[in-house]
Amino acid sequence: MKNGSSSSSESSHALDKLSGAMPDATSRASLRKFRAAKDVSAKYFVSSGGLAVVIALALIFFFLFIELVPVFAPAKIQQNTAYDVPGGPDARTLLLDMDRFQEVGVRYRANGEVLFFDLATGAPNVLKAIPVPEALEIHSFGEGQPRSNMVAFGLSDGTVVLARHQFELDWTDNIRTVVPDLIFPYGSDPVPIDPLGQPLQHIAVQRGSAGTAVAAVTKDSRVLLVQLATRTNFMTGETEVTTRKHDLGPAPGDVSQVLIASNMTDLYLADASGKLHFYDILRRSGDGPNHSLAVVPDASVSITAVDFLLGTVSVVVGRSDGSLAQYFPVRDEENRRFITHIRDFESHTAPITTLATEYTRKGFAAADASGAVGLHFPTSERTLLLQPVAENSIDVLAFSPTNAALLALDETKNLRLLDVDNPHPEVSISALWQRVWYEGRSGPDFVWQSSGATDEFEPKFSQMPLTLGTLKASFYAMLIAMPLAVLGAIYAAYFMSPKMRSVVKPSIELMEALPTVILGFLAGLWLAPFVENNLPAVFSIVVFMPVLMLATAFIWSILPQRVRLLVPDGWEAAMLVPVILFFGWFCITLSPYIEVWFFDGSTRQWLTEVGITYDQRNALVVGLAMGFAVIPTIFSIAEDAIFNVPKHLTQGSLALGATPWQTVTRVVLLTASPGIFSAIMIGFGRAVGETMIVLMATGNSPVMNFNIFEGMRTLSANIAVELPETAVGSTHYRILFLAALVLFVLTFFVNTAAEIVRQRLRKKYSSL
Amino acid sequence: MKTRQWIKSGSPWIWLTGGMISLSMIMVFGLLALIAVRGLGHFWPSPVVEFEFQATTETEPARILGIPMRSQNVSGYVLRESGHQIPEEIELTQRFLIKQGNRDLTGRDFAWYPEPLITEWITPQEAMVIERREWGDFIGFLREVKKDGEVIAEGLAGREDLLPLVDRANELAGAINRIERFQIGGLNLQIERIRLAERSLSRAVDLDPEERRLRMAEFQAERDELERQFEVLNAERLELMQQMRRDSLVAESMDGRRLEIPLANVVHVHWPNDMNLVEKIGHYVTMIWNFLSGFPREANTEGGIFPAIFGTVLMVILMSIVVTPMGVMAAIYLREYAKQGPMVRLVRICVNNLAGVPSIVFGVFGLAFFIYFVGGNLDRIFYQDALPAPTFGTPGLLWASLTLALLTLPVVIVSTEEGLARIPSTIRHGSLALGATKAETLWRTVIPLSTPAMMTGLILAVARAAGEVAPLMLVGVVKLAPNLPVDGHFPYLHLERKFMHLGFHIYDVGFQSPNVEASRPLVYATALVLVLIIITLNLTAITIRNYLREKYRSESD
Repeated sequence: MKNGSSSSSESSHALDKLSGAMPDATSRASLRKFRAAKDVSAKYFVSSGGLAVVIALALIFFFLFIELVPVFAPAKIQQNTAYDVPGGPDARTLLLDMDRFQEVGVRYRANGEVLFFDLATGAPNVLKAIPVPEALEIHSFGEGQPRSNMVAFGLSDGTVVLARHQFELDWTDNIRTVVPDLIFPYGSDPVPIDPLGQPLQHIAVQRGSAGTAVAAVTKDSRVLLVQLATRTNFMTGETEVTTRKHDLGPAPGDVSQVLIASNMTDLYLADASGKLHFYDILRRSGDGPNHSLAVVPDASVSITAVDFLLGTVSVVVGRSDGSLAQYFPVRDEENRRFITHIRDFESHTAPITTLATEYTRKGFAAADASGAVGLHFPTSERTLLLQPVAENSIDVLAFSPTNAALLALDETKNLRLLDVDNPHPEVSISALWQRVWYEGRSGPDFVWQSSGATDEFEPKFSQMPLTLGTLKASFYAMLIAMPLAVLGAIYAAYFMSPKMRSVVKPSIELMEALPTVILGFLAGLWLAPFVENNLPAVFSIVVFMPVLMLATAFIWSILPQRVRLLVPDGWEAAMLVPVILFFGWFCITLSPYIEVWFFDGSTRQWLTEVGITYDQRNALVVGLAMGFAVIPTIFSIAEDAIFNVPKHLTQGSLALGATPWQTVTRVVLLTASPGIFSAIMIGFGRAVGETMIVLMATGNSPVMNFNIFEGMRTLSANIAVELPETAVGSTHYRILFLAALVLFVLTFFVNTAAEIVRQRLRKKYSSL
Repeated sequence: MKTRQWIKSGSPWIWLTGGMISLSMIMVFGLLALIAVRGLGHFWPSPVVEFEFQATTETEPARILGIPMRSQNVSGYVLRESGHQIPEEIELTQRFLIKQGNRDLTGRDFAWYPEPLITEWITPQEAMVIERREWGDFIGFLREVKKDGEVIAEGLAGREDLLPLVDRANELAGAINRIERFQIGGLNLQIERIRLAERSLSRAVDLDPEERRLRMAEFQAERDELERQFEVLNAERLELMQQMRRDSLVAESMDGRRLEIPLANVVHVHWPNDMNLVEKIGHYVTMIWNFLSGFPREANTEGGIFPAIFGTVLMVILMSIVVTPMGVMAAIYLREYAKQGPMVRLVRICVNNLAGVPSIVFGVFGLAFFIYFVGGNLDRIFYQDALPAPTFGTPGLLWASLTLALLTLPVVIVSTEEGLARIPSTIRHGSLALGATKAETLWRTVIPLSTPAMMTGLILAVARAAGEVAPLMLVGVVKLAPNLPVDGHFPYLHLERKFMHLGFHIYDVGFQSPNVEASRPLVYATALVLVLIIITLNLTAITIRNYLREKYRSESD
């Protein structure tokens, strides 16, 4: 480019001028044009680049938000296809199901036929039959949790046939084919349930971890429970079935339905009078049920549908007035369990006819006599959708194993395949921020527990323990940092000698630059055990250090003037250093003696005995470490605000006879208070978002208290711990994004507010 | 009376505020001193002591040989609670943490010994410490040195014979390492490329069957050739290993057990109680060098931190390459081109505040945007053959650098803007008055003058990025990366690879390690390295800034 050559040939310029060899007018004009074009293009280049950067930064917010949007999307049900029920309208349909790829459906009929059919067209595929011996007939039918695929047919001689349908995958030629089959895990011969051979009027079946449980009510109203356990002999490979029978006495009423839980010991009966009866086989009390509870508001309402939710802990009751409620047994202090009403769901307008529970979540769908289907979710107390899908009453309803489709059979024997889009039912304001009564707990509570040991685990997404943990950590950090930083800033800005200032300020900047991972590791590996072993020292330092400083000041003031003049004003802090060091050493040396004299040798033990929980990595340690991290932030900004208070104000005050301290408290601090306030806010913002220190210096247990000797889990640490482990796009993943967004918005607003306060202050100073 | 006057003067409160400064200073320097002492002390050859330990009055006393690590004041109560037979009258005593080594023999290499139960220490001259590749250190006595299975020296006399043999084994280990890391690693990379090419071929539908067959045969031939090369290298490697296993030593532990240790397993041998100061310093320097240049061993609890230093530096360099032009351009736009008004002021406040947004939020953004969104799409478009194994759709060096670039962008913008604002307007006006366009004024006068400010911003950004860990945990660091992100194979810089990082190394070794006591000194040493890097960078930035202030003060005068 020409610019390059012009600078290198400056010496020849003079000669050029002499010879009149200036560029002629046309080339000067083109050069001017070129330079103008460069100028404009540079302007656009820089502007677009600069704007792009600014926009990119703004995008962070939007992107975090976009990841969160699907959580708020409503659930949807759409009809995929509909056809006349395969196999013909006669013989009642007992159960419908389908495979996880939604290719093959299955229909159980009251005549013992099991028909597999093509889900897309309704064309029959394979027909199987339950082997019912001659002269016997089917009296009742029971089904296990959807995921177990287990069914039982109760026969007229007190026996049952247990069957499972299964969908095997065949990958011949890399093409997936679903091969349906019906198997009989306990053989195709009926298994005897009632020793008296009475017909089984109602039965329930459930596959547990140790076998299969069958509960039945016989025609003469006796309640029976049979536990079938299979054991495979290691030597022979043969499977033997051991049977344990329990006779639970006469039925407490006119039973309409039986349920047996997968622990094979909890049994529920629903009766025609609207009562739910609960039997705990392990803790029988007397002959009847352990507990009975009326689950209908009055006699005009009856129970129309009862089913377990996933995990067979909760029972959902659908009633003839269209209302739905959840119940599960709750323990009292003596470990007895009582059926308890947990929550109601949004009512349907017509009587509930049937319930379908999800395979992998605690949600369920309810259908009613008007042909509407509702999607409900217990943990978040939400009814996600209540939508008519048929013109008349729906008799049978079934979820797909992926919760992505529903099969609905209506009165007119029309079978509908419905697509369900319900990705995030677990989230609601109440699930995140209010007390929730989780399964198996004695009352509503705030709990964060995002994963569990089994698939039947109920995720607990309460943000309260995390928010409280965040506040707790920042509270203790601010408790340590605020006095140190603000008082230090006053001294540094106003009393300190300039020479000392030139050492102190860079040191504080250095402190700010220290990576928090180093503070965190020192807090976790060095400070936490140190505090644990020297609790008396830590507390005596905190309490007596200010006293010591005042005492030193007093002693200094009564020293002869000759000595005092040796040290100029503004060096008090330097003189205090050896005193503090000595006192710290003294406290630490004395600490074990104090422990021996007053705390029986171990303060920690002593605390536990008085009933205070002590974690080694606790809020005190976090407060000290995070306080250290926050001090420089607060200090720099506060010092800046105090130092920049216009000199004529302070000089005026001093000239009017105020002491330096009076000037500071009455003039300087008043003027600079907005600046100090904004310093504290920015410090707080930093403490809220700090991750590594809390991650390393606490046990990360999400507790709900402000005990200084217990740990906490903060929002940020929670993200760091759980985000790498969670499935992309899951509810858990999006809730962690919510936490990130909350942190972002919170700190952004705190910082912006602080910044605006500071700018105002700056303007005020310049006008003073 | 005088006291009241003294209180009224406010002097006590001034002292109190001064005390807070002193406390803060003590905390800063105390912390730095703590890290320095613990981090540097680890490499000094500490003496090996021998004493008798009597656990209970009934049992025989045991002789213990080990390195005292630290001591602790402890009350008799605590010791009695933990099952030691301490006489009732002892209220307060000490206990010592002794590193006994020999993890393969005893199962515990660190143990606490209460003072009342042990005898006086002696420091046996012939006590030997062996740093091994497996099972941690061995502490005991040299009994025999074997060459080719034959004893060539016995007892302490073997010392002179042993050292050259150890050096030889170490050289062989280096050679094996080079073959494994560079040559075999390169072959594996090529074989993987062929595999991907084959997959892409098998997916090309409209390919002539004949041509497909030909191409497949080509790939097969290439693969056969590579596998042949691999066989050759492997044979070479096995031969070296054979040679390395030639020699061994026999050592005896304190409890009288004899152990034959192949020299292939020995990194370093020394007799700490029998070293003079020069030897000790030599040992110290060697140990520090090994730590800085070595690769980690034994789940990161031993060995060096070279990959972590390398990863940190490389990530920071990549970040600087991204953040500098972006930050400078944004700053020039905001300061020079944008119309100064409420809008720009708002943008400035927002940019400023992004520096205060928690770093983990940037990590979350990086994970969702860079990795799952950008990386996932890159994989679908360019790396389809490797799917479902992600190439860029997984945490890696590139994404970590970009995330940290975003994180440090505000630092660079703010600092550059400050620098631009400091340039006296007379200089600008002078340039414009001489007929230069705005772009020329910027390019030739303003930007050169504000380079130091940009440098300051960049250094501060680098210092912040080097110490940041929380976002990296989401976007790219791992506890142990098998390969460095730079190697001798095309494209030399592997942006998709995961990497190790000093800060994360501290977190991982300190908190996820199976053997906390053994790794503790290494954590301090790693922390010291990180602190030194960051302090150096910050001091450089501060120096540049002060120089700059002086310069403009004189120019504007």
